[in-house]
Amino acid sequence: MLKYISRRLSYTIFILILISLVVFLIFALLPADPAALTCGKTCNPQVIEANRHRLGLDVSVWQQWWRFIVGLFQGRTYGEAEALIKCPAPAFGYSFNRHECVTKIIADAFPITLSLAIGAFIMWLSIGISLGVLAARFKGKFVDRASTVFVLIGTSLPTFISGILILLFVVIKFGLVNPLDLGNWANPFTDPLGWLKTFFFPCLTLAFAYAASYTRFTRSNILETSTEDYIRTARAKGLSEKVVLRKHTLRAALAPIVTIAGLDFAGLLGGAIITEGIYNLAGLGRLSIRAVLVDYDLPIILATTLFAATFVVVMNLIVDILYAFIDPRVRVG
Amino acid sequence: MKPFLQVKDLCVAFPTEDGQVKAADGISFDLNQGETLAIVGESGSGKSVTNLAIMGLHNKSKTQISGSVTLNLPNQVIDVISSTEDEVRKLRGSTMSMIFQDPMSSLHPYYSVGDQISEAWRLYNSGSKADGIKRATEMIDLVGIPDAAKRVREFPHQFSGGMRQRVMIAMALVNNPKLLIADEPTTALDVTVQSQIMQLLKDMQKEFNMAILLVTHDLGVVAQVADRVCVMYAGKIVEQAKIDEIYYRPAQPYTVGLLQSIPRVDQFHGKRLTAIQGQPPSLINLPQGCSFAERCEFKKHVTGNLCTEVAPLLEEKADSHFARCHLSAAQIQDLAKVAK
Repeated sequence: MLKYISRRLSYTIFILILISLVVFLIFALLPADPAALTCGKTCNPQVIEANRHRLGLDVSVWQQWWRFIVGLFQGRTYGEAEALIKCPAPAFGYSFNRHECVTKIIADAFPITLSLAIGAFIMWLSIGISLGVLAARFKGKFVDRASTVFVLIGTSLPTFISGILILLFVVIKFGLVNPLDLGNWANPFTDPLGWLKTFFFPCLTLAFAYAASYTRFTRSNILETSTEDYIRTARAKGLSEKVVLRKHTLRAALAPIVTIAGLDFAGLLGGAIITEGIYNLAGLGRLSIRAVLVDYDLPIILATTLFAATFVVVMNLIVDILYAFIDPRVRVG
Repeated sequence: MKPFLQVKDLCVAFPTEDGQVKAADGISFDLNQGETLAIVGESGSGKSVTNLAIMGLHNKSKTQISGSVTLNLPNQVIDVISSTEDEVRKLRGSTMSMIFQDPMSSLHPYYSVGDQISEAWRLYNSGSKADGIKRATEMIDLVGIPDAAKRVREFPHQFSGGMRQRVMIAMALVNNPKLLIADEPTTALDVTVQSQIMQLLKDMQKEFNMAILLVTHDLGVVAQVADRVCVMYAGKIVEQAKIDEIYYRPAQPYTVGLLQSIPRVDQFHGKRLTAIQGQPPSLINLPQGCSFAERCEFKKHVTGNLCTEVAPLLEEKADSHFARCHLSAAQIQDLAKVAK
């Protein structure tokens, strides 16, 4: 097992290096010139070249990439003398647009995204799985048909509509949150109520769509598993329907959910662009979409892309290790 | 003394969009303690459906079951068909157990074999988990799996097919059941393992003095272990007799056909095997007369349209030898000789 984990870990590091390289190459190929973007249209070439040097863009892509990697471990400096800017390790770069180290920008945005992801994750898992179990248990009955309606609405209603509907007709209509307070950051450990006020509805919005697909997934997996031969064996043993469902069917039916849930969660850690936008949350999603659409802030785009990719890759590793504990057939030597 | 298991007029039907499928129609037989009754017949003849009805494993909302399945236990008499789900459940795994056709898929892949056997034991015995594992180890040893103490912690995928069937048998026998239903226990196994498993079942039967209801379409397996045989065709029992009677004095054309389709070592090689022509009838619209009439080679020896118009009854053709045919046993045996 230890050997398996260490082997997977080295693959993961390799993949991360590869991803960072690919992201660098993509940005090198982009028609936008970050140095030219640092000043207006009337800028003269000398200033652009000077800025290019300050940004560290006057060397080859490979060298830029190597400096980036070194910077991750040792920190980086930009410019010289009185204009010297220091970004301590791990340095993801410097945003000339916002005059801040990217690491600091991400560190500010990440707790918001993490709050949103964790809250939504807990909500959609509990709603999705319990509704799916109920629907399978009472197949064809009222609960099942009601859940089908929920699934249909949840999967077909995009977040930008469901989010706005919840915001308008629940949050604002019933005055649950003052619109001016939307997106206020509150520390969940020192101010749990304030945190809940900010994050409950965004989480619900996000969880809505996921819960619907998890309901459908859980239901169909349980129904499929319950036709397996080993479930018939469990019945032939004399186990009651309750025990058969709880101990035998659910165990096998829910195992694949671990994989999907892990990857969905990792995907969200990169930022939920639409939900963050609707509820005015300054998370990673809004950060990257602004960097792409408004500011052309390449260091930020680079960092958030790498950040999101890292979560997916690392979560993949975690899911695979977890799965080995869940399914004995996956365990190796 | 009453026989241990009495099945009387058992009918199992599944309503479908095209009509009612009569999967088992008027099944009756008895089974004594320590005896082995084999049910043979081709796929879809109603063998497994009959067994699942005895175990009470049919989904009652999708199945119509009538008749009776009576278990004459020392302290009570219980009818599986008319009892509640909970009463039948308490018989499963304790009084009657079942092993299935495909040992590869009949064990839960996520639990160790020890856990699975222990779960069956602890359902009817008060004991700790450690006691359960101890009991599981004994059972695994008993069914002939070497190195039981180590194997008990392993998972089903670490066992071969034959070993998994042994585990299934260990699990079925852990509470000393009075009746073991073996639903094609060797179909998925190769021939050498087949005979080992059948031998194991025989040994276990002696050890626990239990009744075995063996479902199979392998007449070789039947000859090895059964005391009596029921031959099923299209949901009905067409012949029922002691094992020797079936093999040496078959009294029903379908049985004759089955026996002639077995390859034999003592016969001239290079000859094609005799097959029964045609297909079994649809169980939704059974023909008015004998369900085998369409495929029967001996039909021409019956006067008039008796075969296609009147369904023959299960009659006692010889001493405790029942068959469903308009011809007499002697006639069929003569015709069978000619056919050879």
